[in-house]
Amino acid sequence: MFIGYFTERPYQDPKSGYFGATGSPIMDLTVSNETYDAVLGAELYNRYLDEKLYAEEMGFDGLMLNEHHGTPFCMGGAMNVEASILARMTHRAKIVLLGNILPIWDDPLWLVEQLAMIDMISRGRLVSGWVRGTGRESVAHNSPPTYNWERFQEAHEFIIKAWTTPGPFRWEGKHYQYRHVNPWVRPYQKPHPPIWLPGVVSRDSLMWAAEKRIPYIMLATEMEPTRQAFQLYHDTAAELGYKSGSQNLGYLWKVHVDETEELAEQTGRKYIQGPSNPFLAGNEGTVNPALVNLPGLTSRTRVLPTQAVATSARGGGGGVAGVLGRPYEQQIKDYTIICGTPKTVVPKIRHVLEYLRPGSIFFWDGDGAMTHDDAMRSLRLMGEEVIPAVREIAKELELPGPFEVDPATGEPMATTSAPAEVANPDSDAG
Amino acid sequence: MTISPGAWTEEQVEVGGTELLLRKAGTGEPLLVLHGEMGHSGWLRFHQALAQNYTLYLPCHPGFGGSDRLDWIMNMRDLAGWYLTALDDLGIAPVKVLGFSMGGWLAAEMATMHPDQFQKLVLVGALGVKPPTGEIYDMFLSVAKDYLTTSVLDPVNTPEFQQLCPDDPSRDQVESWEMAREEACRLGWRPYMYYPALPLLLQRLKRLSTLIVWGREDAVVPLSAGELYNRSIPGSSLVVLDKCGHQPQIEQPDHFAELIQEFLSG
Repeated sequence: MFIGYFTERPYQDPKSGYFGATGSPIMDLTVSNETYDAVLGAELYNRYLDEKLYAEEMGFDGLMLNEHHGTPFCMGGAMNVEASILARMTHRAKIVLLGNILPIWDDPLWLVEQLAMIDMISRGRLVSGWVRGTGRESVAHNSPPTYNWERFQEAHEFIIKAWTTPGPFRWEGKHYQYRHVNPWVRPYQKPHPPIWLPGVVSRDSLMWAAEKRIPYIMLATEMEPTRQAFQLYHDTAAELGYKSGSQNLGYLWKVHVDETEELAEQTGRKYIQGPSNPFLAGNEGTVNPALVNLPGLTSRTRVLPTQAVATSARGGGGGVAGVLGRPYEQQIKDYTIICGTPKTVVPKIRHVLEYLRPGSIFFWDGDGAMTHDDAMRSLRLMGEEVIPAVREIAKELELPGPFEVDPATGEPMATTSAPAEVANPDSDAG
Repeated sequence: MTISPGAWTEEQVEVGGTELLLRKAGTGEPLLVLHGEMGHSGWLRFHQALAQNYTLYLPCHPGFGGSDRLDWIMNMRDLAGWYLTALDDLGIAPVKVLGFSMGGWLAAEMATMHPDQFQKLVLVGALGVKPPTGEIYDMFLSVAKDYLTTSVLDPVNTPEFQQLCPDDPSRDQVESWEMAREEACRLGWRPYMYYPALPLLLQRLKRLSTLIVWGREDAVVPLSAGELYNRSIPGSSLVVLDKCGHQPQIEQPDHFAELIQEFLSG
């Protein structure tokens, strides 16, 4: 079992007018950055990095980052910058990027270089995930949504080739062209850092992950459709002639642990406060109907069971936010939020593991209006009690992660995919 | 003779290496009518008027629902190049052409490539040039109905607006908008709905008689774009309609039809 930690890094500004359950709604691309408070921003970036360092100390296997653009609910507009800092300041945990938004990069050679540098500096701890991004991302970086899927696939092929094939070579693709590819940094891990794919909606993406034999991570989706989507992965793998298992699948959901049940409930409710993120339903967040599904961004017919078909021509509704957004009480009931003391939380996590059988899990915590203290209390209790208990459960349920069993072959992993396991004395400075 | 609604014929014709959905109606010499970014609009009053004197050729552009998308067409100049081949195959050139919005842009691009293929050119609220003042309204930051509503100055008092944009659109209608928006997105995502060099290329139209029609209150493509077209095309004339938005053909259908008839027959 691979256990990771995630927070979306919300911009928590109580003065902003859109903070808190009664704040005015954020609709995508309607909130101006003119009120951005630089001092607060600096504080928060450092806080979230500190929490990641503590998460490593508390025994998490992975520190997960994500990226969104032009929105206060996620400050990771340039996630690779945060990843670079973690590469240097952490020592053991994987740096799990879920992920870089491939189609919005007009020049994916930058990704080849940046990610290889992160892998180098971390001495082989990068997990490089890709996503296709939401409409917000396509608009913010002015990337054509109709070519999102084609660009995703071509950028992936290009990056893998640039990481694995000695240069120089030429690349004359449909969407990307280079006359001299020869980056002077190559990844530490061989043949290249693992590629994972998180997803919510697109059947194309899931099938692609299954075809590439790479782990597919579902993000805060409801349990039953998630199980169905996982089954689709297994079925596809079987059709392709290989045996997939828990090592191929991951699940991210909201877990907060606290000292008392009362404190857990009180803090858990903060998930739906903070900047009114439409993905944290129950607050005032509003989905921009035009951005739910830009033309051609996601196939209207090839969607996962987690997704109801919704398009901008139909007037919106649904989409990623529609998949993730349900009221707090409902989410508690259906296990997509788990809050409590270690004693009550562990059996619920066990239920999720039994039901979905993932090999990787990510606890989404410290979000919404949660403070640094809220996050740190939970991280401490996770480290002291929850993570050890979950590891035991995972062993009992036989849920190996992708670093124990190779998702491509179903065989136990070699001890290391890096050139050599070496101590990293310099990084102690962090 | 009166042509009643639904009186057009519909056929798949083999042109330019693919099947093109072609609607035809009316009698007389051919008039090529190029639809805009939301696809084919259905039978409208102005069609009826023009069909008295012309055989209207109403193709559905590849990728806009009725005709299959051509994967290699990635921008408006690709589409214009393909359409010139399609015109060769249809055998109607040199032809009179009337283009609305994105269809106007298409007509203008084709004309710059091969002006001799056209007898007369009419551009109505055409996309394709960067407005010197104001900006082209972003259709992809709107849902389809909002975009259509924005395109008309006074939707409530525009009888044919309901036909263009019903309160409760059918599934087919929605699907057709969806296809149109996707292809429009391929053709015009960036730069948003214009080709930077087009005003300079339009110099080539000096022997092509061109009429530019614009609603003064066009909220989709600012009038400044119409003025730029007019400055760029030697000898063209610009008619600006007062109290009119981006869809003169439904906002002032009778006046619009007269204007077009007069120009085409002149």
